[in-house]
Amino acid sequence: MTGAQILIESLKREGVKVIFGYPGGQVLPIFDALYDSDIKFILPRHEQAAAHAADGYARATGKPGVCLATSGPGATNLTTGIATAYMDSIPMIAITGQVKSFLIGNDAFQEADVTGITRPITKHNYLVKDVKDLARTIHEAFHICSTGRPGPVLIDIPSDIQTQTAEFVWPEDVVMRSYKPTYFGHPGQIKKAAKLIAASRRPIIYAGGGVITSSAERELKMLAEKLNAPLTWTLMGIGCFPATHALSLGMLGMHGTAYANHAIMESDLIIAVGARFDDRVTGKLDTFAPGAKIIHIDIDPSSISKNVKVDVPIVGDAKNILGQLLEEIKGVLDTGDWLKMIAGWKKKYPLSYKESGTRIKPQYVIEQLDAITKGKAIITTEVGQNQMWAAQWYKYTQPRTFISSGGLGTMGFGFPAAMGVKVAFPDKIVFDVAGDGSIQMNIQELATCVCNKINVKVAILNNGYLGMVRQWQELFYKRRYSHVCLTGPDFVKLAESYGAAGIRVTKKEDVSSAIEKAIAIDNVVFIDFRVEPEENVFPMVPAGEAINKFIGGLA
Amino acid sequence: MKHTISVLVENKFGVLARIAGLFSARGYNISSLAVSETLDPTISYLTMVVDAKDEGILEQIKKQLNKLIDVITVTDFTKKGYIDRELVLLKVQCPAKDKGKLESTVKKFTARVIQNKKNVFVVEVMGSQDDISRSLDAFNRFGIKELIRTGKIAIASL
Repeated sequence: MTGAQILIESLKREGVKVIFGYPGGQVLPIFDALYDSDIKFILPRHEQAAAHAADGYARATGKPGVCLATSGPGATNLTTGIATAYMDSIPMIAITGQVKSFLIGNDAFQEADVTGITRPITKHNYLVKDVKDLARTIHEAFHICSTGRPGPVLIDIPSDIQTQTAEFVWPEDVVMRSYKPTYFGHPGQIKKAAKLIAASRRPIIYAGGGVITSSAERELKMLAEKLNAPLTWTLMGIGCFPATHALSLGMLGMHGTAYANHAIMESDLIIAVGARFDDRVTGKLDTFAPGAKIIHIDIDPSSISKNVKVDVPIVGDAKNILGQLLEEIKGVLDTGDWLKMIAGWKKKYPLSYKESGTRIKPQYVIEQLDAITKGKAIITTEVGQNQMWAAQWYKYTQPRTFISSGGLGTMGFGFPAAMGVKVAFPDKIVFDVAGDGSIQMNIQELATCVCNKINVKVAILNNGYLGMVRQWQELFYKRRYSHVCLTGPDFVKLAESYGAAGIRVTKKEDVSSAIEKAIAIDNVVFIDFRVEPEENVFPMVPAGEAINKFIGGLA
Repeated sequence: MKHTISVLVENKFGVLARIAGLFSARGYNISSLAVSETLDPTISYLTMVVDAKDEGILEQIKKQLNKLIDVITVTDFTKKGYIDRELVLLKVQCPAKDKGKLESTVKKFTARVIQNKKNVFVVEVMGSQDDISRSLDAFNRFGIKELIRTGKIAIASL
C-alpha cells in the first residue's frame, strides 16, 4: 500500500465516517486515495471551517472529528480551529500535508513548520518521517486525542511519505510507557471527600465540560439528588444537568445567574467536577468563595490547584469518581435552610430583561427558539453577546446540545461547527445562534451547506454592532464606540445568492413564525433578526471583580 | 528558589522543543539544562535547574512536564538526597610570579590544568555546584578570561 492508502485504511479502522478537508499540492496522493474511499468527504470553503466542522462533529458525537489540509497556508488556516478544540479539550485529528521530507527546512513552496506552529495548541503532534511508522502513528494519535483529557492531535505527513509503499500492519494495542492517564479516583481521596461532604451544610456542585466528556451526567444527577445539593455549571458544562431541574442554578461566572454566583460565594463546600476555575468563573481570585472547602475532581492533574487552592483533589475520570463517591456517601444532608436561602436569591434576582414594545429583544428570540424546539435542538453559537444569550435563555436538558467555543472564544466558530453537528445528526434541528459580526467570519460556508444539503439554520441577532465589545465600551469606556459599528450586508439576499433561504424579521410579533418557517423550509436558512441595537448582556460581573459584585440587569 | 528536577523522556526529535516551549509559554526560566542519552538509547535524561518563585509554580512545572506525552517520569530532587556534579572549563590569566599560587588553588579544588600558553591556563573544575562556586571565587582572584559550564547533572543518593 502507499502511505496515502495506509492513511485511509487506518482512518477506516478507527471508525472515521467523515472527513472535513481541503485539497492542495502536498496532499494530492491522499486525495487520490480518497477518490476510491467510501469515507464521506465534506469540502468546506476555507480550512478554518474544516477544523471547526470537525470540532463540532466531535462535540456532538463524542467521537474524534477529522480535518485535512495541505501544507503551508492550508495548515496555518487550520490553526485557529485546532486552538479552539485544544482550549475546550475536544478530541480531534488534524492531518496536514507537508513538503517532501528531503525538502523540509529548505523554505520550499508552501512550506511551514507545522509541528512547530501547533506544538502549544495540540495535545500532541507528529511529523511522520517513515511510511512504516504511519499506521502506528495514526493509531496512537486517535488513542491520545480521545483518552485522558482529550484534545487535538496533528499528524504532518510529507508528500513523499504518502507515495512510498509499505506493508499495512495495524497495531492491535497502543503501548505507550509515557502516557497512562488515571481513570479511577484514589480510594483515600474518595473517603476524605465523603467526610467533607458529610460535614457540609451549604454544599454546591460546580460542573464543567469534563462531565460531558466523560458522559457522567447520570451520576452527576444522582449525586445532586442524593445530597439535595444545588448545582451550577460553566459555559462548557451546559447540558450536563437539566436546566429545568429544581436543583439547577444555571450558569455561574461573569454572565452567570446572580443566584448561582451568590450561592457559590456563600457555600461551605464546592464540589467541582470536570471544571477548571477559569477566571471568567472565579472573578477576583482572593475573594472567591471565602468560606468554602473545595473538592476538585478532574482528569488533568495540572488543572488542580492551578487557580484556587483545593482541599481534596481527586484525579481521574468524572464518571468513575462520581460512582465511587456515590458508593462512599452514606446518609443524606440536611440542606433545607440552604435551599431556602437560594430560593430567596432566585426570587430576588431572577434572570430578566426589559421588554420594549414591538422591538425585538435578542433574549426573546432565544426564548422563542427554546419554546418552539422544546429545548430539543442542538444549538451552536458564535462568540460574544449571541453566545451569552444562547447560554442564558435556552433551557438545555441534554449534554452535547450546546456547542460553543468556551476557552478560546473564537468568532466564526458557530456556523461551521453547526455544519459538523448536522452532518453527524442529519435528523436533528441544528441552529447557529450568531451575531452579525461573527457570522461574517466564516460566511463562505453557506456554499458548503447548500451544496451538501446540510440544512442548518442560522439565527442572526443583528444589532449592527460588535455587540460585546460595544457593551464593554459603553460600560467601561464612556460609550466611546471605537470601531464596533458594522454595516450590512443584506443577509437575506446574501443567503439567496448562495441558494439558501433568507428571512428578515423586524417586529417582535413575527419572531416565532419566522423560526417555525425556518424549521419547515427544507434548505439552509438565514434569519436576520433586527434586534435592539444597544441591548446588553446582564447580569454582568466586571472582569477582575468579586463574582457577587454585579452591574446592571438586576431588578 | 532554585529546584533541581530530572526528567526521563522519549529520545525523539522535538522533545526538547516541547519542554522549552512549556517553559517559555509560561514565562518560567530554566537556569541550567543538561541532556544526554541513557543506557537505553530510546530514553534521554534531562537534568534541569529551574527558578520557581513559589511552591505553586514548582507544582505546575512538574504537572505540565508530566502532561507532555513524551515525558516518562519527572523527579523533583528538592526534598530528596541527591548527588550533583557540574564541569567547568576556565581560561585563567596568571603572571609567572603567581604560578605557584595558581597551582595550589588547582590542587585545593581537585581541578586540572589542561593547557598552558604563556600566561593563560585552561583549567578544568568538576564538582557540586557549591564546590564550583567556591572554586570560581578563588580562580577569579587571578582573573578568569573565559568560562564555560555544562549545567548541573544530578542523580538520587543511595
